[in-house]
Amino acid sequence: MHTFVEAAGYITSPFSGYVYPNETVLPWGVLIVIYPYITGLVAGAFIVSSLYHTFRMEHFKPVARLALLSALSFLCFAPVALLSHLGHPERAFEAIWTAHWTSAFAAFAYIAGFYGILLVLEIWFAFRVDIVAMAQTAKGGMGRIYRLLTLGSDDVSERALAVDHNWTKVLAAIGIASAAGLHGYVGFVFGSLKSREWWSSDLMPIIFILSAIVSGVAVLTLIYVVSSKLRKTAIDENCVKGLARVLWAFLIVTLVIEALEYAEMLYRRIEGVEMVKQLIVGPISVGIAIQVAFSVVPFVILTVLLARNVRGRALIGWMSFCSVLLMSAVLAMRWNVVIGGQELSKTAKGLITFTPPVWGREGVVWALSLLGGTFVLLWGMTRLLPPWEPVQMSE
Amino acid sequence: MSKCKQIKDPAGRRGFITLLAQMCAGTAVCSSVATAALEGGTDAAKPTPAKPEYPAAGPVANYDWTKHRWAFGVDASRCIGCLRCVEACKVENKVPFNAQDFRTWVERYVYLEGEAEPRVDSQSDPVNIAAGDSPQDYRFSNRYRDQKVKKAFFVPKLCNHCENPPCVQVCPVGATYKTPDGVVLIDDKYCIGCRYCVQACPYGARYFNEETQTTDKCTWCYHRITKGLKPVCVEVCPVNARIFGDLNDPASDISVFIRTHRVTVLKAWTGNGPHVFYNGIEGEVS
Repeated sequence: MHTFVEAAGYITSPFSGYVYPNETVLPWGVLIVIYPYITGLVAGAFIVSSLYHTFRMEHFKPVARLALLSALSFLCFAPVALLSHLGHPERAFEAIWTAHWTSAFAAFAYIAGFYGILLVLEIWFAFRVDIVAMAQTAKGGMGRIYRLLTLGSDDVSERALAVDHNWTKVLAAIGIASAAGLHGYVGFVFGSLKSREWWSSDLMPIIFILSAIVSGVAVLTLIYVVSSKLRKTAIDENCVKGLARVLWAFLIVTLVIEALEYAEMLYRRIEGVEMVKQLIVGPISVGIAIQVAFSVVPFVILTVLLARNVRGRALIGWMSFCSVLLMSAVLAMRWNVVIGGQELSKTAKGLITFTPPVWGREGVVWALSLLGGTFVLLWGMTRLLPPWEPVQMSE
Repeated sequence: MSKCKQIKDPAGRRGFITLLAQMCAGTAVCSSVATAALEGGTDAAKPTPAKPEYPAAGPVANYDWTKHRWAFGVDASRCIGCLRCVEACKVENKVPFNAQDFRTWVERYVYLEGEAEPRVDSQSDPVNIAAGDSPQDYRFSNRYRDQKVKKAFFVPKLCNHCENPPCVQVCPVGATYKTPDGVVLIDDKYCIGCRYCVQACPYGARYFNEETQTTDKCTWCYHRITKGLKPVCVEVCPVNARIFGDLNDPASDISVFIRTHRVTVLKAWTGNGPHVFYNGIEGEVS
């Protein structure tokens, strides 16, 4: 490995082989790793909510409204990651007012905006009864806020609730397509670029959607378990079991598609395949190891949990463990795609090794703060709109 | 911010001034030749009819951008790797004087005896940087002095100003665009700095300018060519390895170059339709 040493003026990434001179500064850093990761959590959490609201899978009721709030808090932070990355964030709205429609990026504001409106509407219908109740009981400032949130609609008759229910159902159905669209689009941002061998793939949007759902279900499981522990309330086993089933199903498809992607790339012996192999065993070897190990191990555990019908604390403990591993695996996958793609030179003759800075706008601390911020916002939302459901006793 | 430091570096400034003086002298000589060539070409020019989608009056006064189709040629068999073009470009276009931001650069392909694959480097290779006094002192070190070289050549690189530019396709705000005369430009007052175009360019021709926080790349010196001058890299090349001109003019340097050489383009498989035509390179060059 060579480095430009200090003479270069500021830190550039070490490289081996031949890379274009302009490539030694990676255009996209950790913020663009975090951006698809957070967007993926939105999609995954929303899907679980829709399983209850649209398909009436009753065992997801305890997490259905929590999933909606989680999705919204993640969605609030996804654009922040993008904005932080821009050289001129003050010009970001140009992508809306004067969008250049051949660009995948131009669609982000519209897709995310549409999805945001959908999500807020869905949340309003899902929480309307509670909002009306709190508007009548809460005093002072909070009372005023809740009265404002009712939007003047305090009818909680059966007929009105049936209308609410229908709206929730329809919005959730549209939301499934939007969630898939939102994340499929993120995959398209990468997959549609022919300039980078590591990204250019028709399977990229599919892989992004599937892995998004895996990470979203995993984070929702963790949020549910941790929030229940903090609130000292019982955890609904049927719900956790249901989440395990969803996780297992999406995980196996994700694993197969990802394996096919790698197999096809290597089997086709694309130009620069030797560099691709060196990338896998070189700059992103740790990322690949995490992605594979933290996907396969949870898959085995989940299979055992479901096959042996494990229940009780063991089920919850192992599910939480699997969720942590899977969230790490998907984060590693985002790193491997975003950073790995740029570490493989466009010359197909060299590799770059990227180490993110700790501080600064493109630093790890800021990226982690954004991730942490989503949970702080979620905490705030649950204070305003408590999503908790009374525990259904399992059979 | 560290790039600013680089530019303010006293040694760099001295280099600037020296280079500027050299360029002024060079330009005075070359521009008379260039102007003569251009004037000769204008007589023979057969301008294509204006495309209706573009107004004849472009952004530059007294210049009709519908009357030209610019293109660039590189005769690698002539390039001696002196890197005057790289330095001149940095000065002319205010490109940060460092080792990782370039509008144009030069690659060296060396085929050693007993090796199947060529060894490739550019002026930004650490060994080449170490051979100079500073990263601004662009040069190729004589590192193959003691080895048996089968074949070697230099390849100047720059933006290919593609017919179907992927960078233009992916720009979310349309800050980068293709002009009717075939040049791909960037509006740095409009660029949001997302760097998607940097990713989309298969040639590594774009870089992110830390000072302006926008993307930058070769414009074929649009400020010069619209005044009848040649790009500065063409102007300073001592061996005529860089050729520039108007494809609408059959007598222009580029038309003659394409007509009289077996030319090729880089990464033709992309379908981008690059408009930098190369002579004297091997298939490995990408």
